[in-house]
Amino acid sequence: MTTVFDPSAAAAQATDAILRDTLHGTARGVVVDSPPGAGKSTLVVRAALELAEAGHPLMVVAQTNAQVDDLVLRLAEKNPELPVGRLHSSDADPYDKALDGLENVRKSAKAADLAGLSVVISTAAKWAHVKVDEPWPYAIVDEAYQMRSDALLAVAGLFERALFVGDPGQLDPFAIVGSEQWAGLAYDPSASAVTTLLAHNPELPQHRLPVSWRLPASAAPLVSDAFYPYTPFRSGTGPGDRTLAFAVPSDGSGPDRVIDEAAASGWGLLELPARHTPRTDPEAVRAVATVVRRLLDRAGAATSELPAPSPLTADRIAVGTAHRDQAAAVRAALAGLGVTDVVVDTANRLQGREYDVTVVLHPLSGRPDATAFHLETGRLCVLASRHRHACIVVCRAGVTDLLDDYPSTEPVQLGTVVKFPDGWEANHAVLAHLAEHRVTWRP
Amino acid sequence: MPLPRTRGTALRQRLAELRGPDVPAKALDARALAALAANPGCARRAILDGAGVNKTALASALGSPSAFGQSQFALTRGNAFEAKVKADGGAELLRLVHEKLDRSAEPPSDARVPDLTATGPQGRTARTELELREAAAHPGAWTLLDHPMLALDVAGSPAFLEPDAVVVHPDGGWTVVEIKSFPLLDGSADPAKVGAAARQAAVYVLALEEVAARLGAERGGAPAPQVRHRVLLVCPRDFSNLPAASAVDIRKQRAVTARQLARLTRIEDIADALPEGTCFSPELPAEELTAAVESVPATYAPECLSACELAFHCRARSRQEGAVTTLGRPVRAELGGLTTVEQVLAAARGEAGDPDDPAVAALRRAAALRAEALEAACR
Amino acid sequence: MSLISTLARLEAVSTGRAQPAATVRHRHLGDRPLVFVPLITAGEAGAPLGALVGTDRDAPRLLAVPQPRDRDLRFAFLAELADIVLPYVDGYAETVEAAERTETDPETGKRVKVEVDLCADAPQLIVPSRAGIDLVRLLGRSMRFRRTAEQDPEAPYPAPPRVPLLGRWLTHFGERARVPGSSLLLAMTDVLGRHWVTGQSTLEDQHLGALLAWIDPPEGVTGAEAALRAELERDEQGQLTCPPAGPATDPAFDNKLLAPAIERYDRARTALAAAEDGLEADDRLGALTAAEREIRDLVLSRTRPTWDAVWRGLDLLRELPEGARVEERWTRDRWSFTGHRDRVLAGEPPQPRRDDAVTAANKLATREREQARLEAQEALDDPLVMAGRRLSGEAFAGEVTDVVMAYSDGKRPSPRPLVTVRTDDRPQLGERTKVYRSLGGKPQSAEFVAAEEDGACVVLRVLDKMGRGKEPEPGSVPEKGDRVCFTLFEHEQRGGAKLPDPEETPWTHGGPPGEAALEAADPVTEEDVL
Repeated sequence: MTTVFDPSAAAAQATDAILRDTLHGTARGVVVDSPPGAGKSTLVVRAALELAEAGHPLMVVAQTNAQVDDLVLRLAEKNPELPVGRLHSSDADPYDKALDGLENVRKSAKAADLAGLSVVISTAAKWAHVKVDEPWPYAIVDEAYQMRSDALLAVAGLFERALFVGDPGQLDPFAIVGSEQWAGLAYDPSASAVTTLLAHNPELPQHRLPVSWRLPASAAPLVSDAFYPYTPFRSGTGPGDRTLAFAVPSDGSGPDRVIDEAAASGWGLLELPARHTPRTDPEAVRAVATVVRRLLDRAGAATSELPAPSPLTADRIAVGTAHRDQAAAVRAALAGLGVTDVVVDTANRLQGREYDVTVVLHPLSGRPDATAFHLETGRLCVLASRHRHACIVVCRAGVTDLLDDYPSTEPVQLGTVVKFPDGWEANHAVLAHLAEHRVTWRP
Repeated sequence: MPLPRTRGTALRQRLAELRGPDVPAKALDARALAALAANPGCARRAILDGAGVNKTALASALGSPSAFGQSQFALTRGNAFEAKVKADGGAELLRLVHEKLDRSAEPPSDARVPDLTATGPQGRTARTELELREAAAHPGAWTLLDHPMLALDVAGSPAFLEPDAVVVHPDGGWTVVEIKSFPLLDGSADPAKVGAAARQAAVYVLALEEVAARLGAERGGAPAPQVRHRVLLVCPRDFSNLPAASAVDIRKQRAVTARQLARLTRIEDIADALPEGTCFSPELPAEELTAAVESVPATYAPECLSACELAFHCRARSRQEGAVTTLGRPVRAELGGLTTVEQVLAAARGEAGDPDDPAVAALRRAAALRAEALEAACR
Repeated sequence: MSLISTLARLEAVSTGRAQPAATVRHRHLGDRPLVFVPLITAGEAGAPLGALVGTDRDAPRLLAVPQPRDRDLRFAFLAELADIVLPYVDGYAETVEAAERTETDPETGKRVKVEVDLCADAPQLIVPSRAGIDLVRLLGRSMRFRRTAEQDPEAPYPAPPRVPLLGRWLTHFGERARVPGSSLLLAMTDVLGRHWVTGQSTLEDQHLGALLAWIDPPEGVTGAEAALRAELERDEQGQLTCPPAGPATDPAFDNKLLAPAIERYDRARTALAAAEDGLEADDRLGALTAAEREIRDLVLSRTRPTWDAVWRGLDLLRELPEGARVEERWTRDRWSFTGHRDRVLAGEPPQPRRDDAVTAANKLATREREQARLEAQEALDDPLVMAGRRLSGEAFAGEVTDVVMAYSDGKRPSPRPLVTVRTDDRPQLGERTKVYRSLGGKPQSAEFVAAEEDGACVVLRVLDKMGRGKEPEPGSVPEKGDRVCFTLFEHEQRGGAKLPDPEETPWTHGGPPGEAALEAADPVTEEDVL
């Protein structure tokens, strides 16, 4: 007997269980793993509203000011009546100006000014400076996997119990100095907040959101297998639910062929001839820009669950790179082709964002050597999981050999939990998959 | 991954010729595995290790002897420690396996410690396999295999491996045990050394998995014995000579090594590209040997110095060619297609190179900024 | 590795000599550093074989353990080491100056300034290489939990009180050495490597002899040749002519020279123990003394070249002028030294085996802050370091081409002059990016307004340090024609958030660690020949 997988039901079931544990459970913490596009923000907003409506004052901890502002906007959209506090730094321009238009959002650099509001939101860094006499009964910690253990240590005294939400597959937090000295300790300050939390409180309920609403059916299996091997997820849409079509036919060039391949299959690899290049490989940068230009020129239309196809406009496309100078080079190349309104950014900054089509300059393209930075699982995962329809990767040939030649001399710290998947393996898995959607092109 | 028989035999023949007449093949020992890990992309290392050439002898014959040696103090203490760990029918060792890896099982007592002596590596391998089969016939019992011999098919020829110990659990699972003489200090140990031990153990696990697959096939429908992916590392505790142990998860190392070993089949391609009659016998005159070694490209990097016997030879060549990687792999990162010292310096000085190449442009900017700074400091 | 240092490395290859990586000295060097050149025995953790130690380059003290497995001899070595190191350390503990420190008043909870003692100078330990620092830590760990006869009359090998004390001090030096920019304990290879780049890899730079050969080759020899010789040349006995800087010895030395000598020593000792009368004992004692002297000579022969190399390195480093902000960092070292002095005096227990959650987080925060401070200060002190930051777009230098006075809005308009800087650099400036320049040693901030002429000109708005008046104070605004250098990184580091006290460790981190239990001593196993 086979059961038909109903994504909405599965997601609703997971959300109900999470809210039940959060509002009515006895554990001090609830941990939720959320794969890319699984509705993490929706969950955070909903949990915040339900807690607030049940009369529980609530503090929310996010990691960046952009995330904080985004949450405030989403909360106000769902419930414009809710009194929300935005605790901010005393720097210039500490929050998004859009918050000024919200009537029930109070902003202050002093926590005391926001006392009594239903929900107070700030960054972990700002919360760390707040002192309270009575801890908050509830907290939500967002992007908890990107938060360092020591940052949680600084704020955990502010709340009684908390809901921790995050994506374990994205980029890990890091320290700018060595921290090997504490490797293997449950409270290693450079580890992620969730690692420490669970090491000390293994009995906490752990949930995961089982459905990615962002990733199409063509992408979810690969991303799930390569980056979440022990916590698989499904796509919310089935094969054929999402289509990408172009009004202007292909001119037969490499960029057009890879666009068609990606439109048909969800993935495309534009492979340039093997060559060692500096990071800002001019050919690869031009190729990325050309693909973007052609995506716009060919009048694409993306059909999603929404009734009507929506045009593939510049704001629905993003370019992802590993390094900032690469992003700058791509921006310059795009400007040269008259494109100025497509987002071009590094993996770090694309975390949590969503587009219809992404064009990725492969982190290992043209490199004479692979490094731990370029192999980092989270980097590739972020780049390969921002799209709703298709992802086009631009890369020079030879990366498989580069991976195979990568020295495997990593040190091993006793007592640390081996993080899976390994970047090296994940890279191989993604390349093997992309090889099936390869368009070779000599510009 | 076994090759078709005829090709395998031909390759084995070819590799024997490369070693030289009557030179026995050297086992794939810990050092060879370390070299593989440090530089998997080096064709020279691949063919020499694949053919079982004694690289220590070869390096000496080339006039660049390797600097590896072991102090007899370390050797004596290492052996004494291993003996202490295994004393008394391996009681302490089995206790540690039970405590660290299999607490739900019956505590070991009266463990089986079969005799594994046999003649020659093939004989010992067969004996080990026999005893593993025998252990499977004793469910519920603990079995300790002291210095078993395992064979791993590497590029068509068997490489012999000798783990410190393999333990068969009452549930039929197998655990690799590595006994090392570096200390476990306050629960942690030198991560580089633990990493090397984990990679070594991963190879043993792969070899054991081949045995397990064969045993499974013999048994028909019954499942093959499970080779555990957590191995036991036993080291002296703190400043004492008492054993302490830690479980090490070797899944990553296993995956990487499996792929690297599978890739070793490419040594056939390397062998095919060699000139007719190439031979690496240390008996040959240095000049001939040098030519033979030079006929296989090497990818020298400073990491080779601590892993490969041939490193000094390759370093001298690499320096002669002015290869930038002589200074370290990361040096290449921003140099794009420029690979020699002179190319880079000429580009930086503006004497060569395409100014539109970002690497060349960056070099010129770097050179100008550096000159400006040094001049400022002189003033 | 930045492209500038890559380029310097390649130039070193091509010229055969090390090239400068710094134009000033970025680490403090005291007037009287204590140099420590230790050797250990292979195969056992923290088993010393011998050492040269002292503050006088012409008169090092030689310590040797003729049978490294013998616990009594080992502990005698450590006691002797304590007799040299502790008086040296104590020599800095007494001279103090008055200083201010901000503390939290326990009653009011307010931050108040209190006057405290700060040691006027601090001791400085120099070891040859990074492995030497690890050994200092290991020795510290092996000694600080030792029990004295007074603490535990039953202890099988009671330690003289100064041994656990030396353990605590070495532990402190070892921990401090993890703080970026600190100078209480330095490895010579690290310090030399910070100031020069050679024509070999950084891995090979770990060899002190080879590194010095590149920096200061003998007459008529290139650095490359001299380094190769230092690395590999052996005498007719098969011994390296430039012995490794330790603490590990060359296996050929162990096997050919040391092992037979130790064997002779063991035999002589057994013979002495078996002597049947006084006359025989006298003879055999003579033989034992000779055997011991032989080992001491061997240890001296392996440590003396390294000893001389360390002092040679110190000479070379002293030729560089000290960076302007080095003194400030050394003051932090003095605080660290004073703090530990006070903890010892207060009778606090030795540092625990493992940090608790709060201590670990505090240490990490401090080190990250010091790393950022070090990076900023080195760049501000040294144009060559700044060049690297300029290349990576984190700073830019150029000439002021235009200054337009402007004022802030509001009731009391303050000066906000617009300064245009022409530069060849390519800083990564975004909308309202903050930039800083050093004005009389203090950072003045400005913000990016616009780029003109395709990025060749940068317009900045100066934001502060212009006084309280409507018109900026003289000299506080750059003038047309001035050479200026702005950084995108901050010059001073903000203090981090205050973490809870250890006894208030939250539930997420395991809760309070509880009453600090006295750490148990390590069990001492019998003579470890096994």
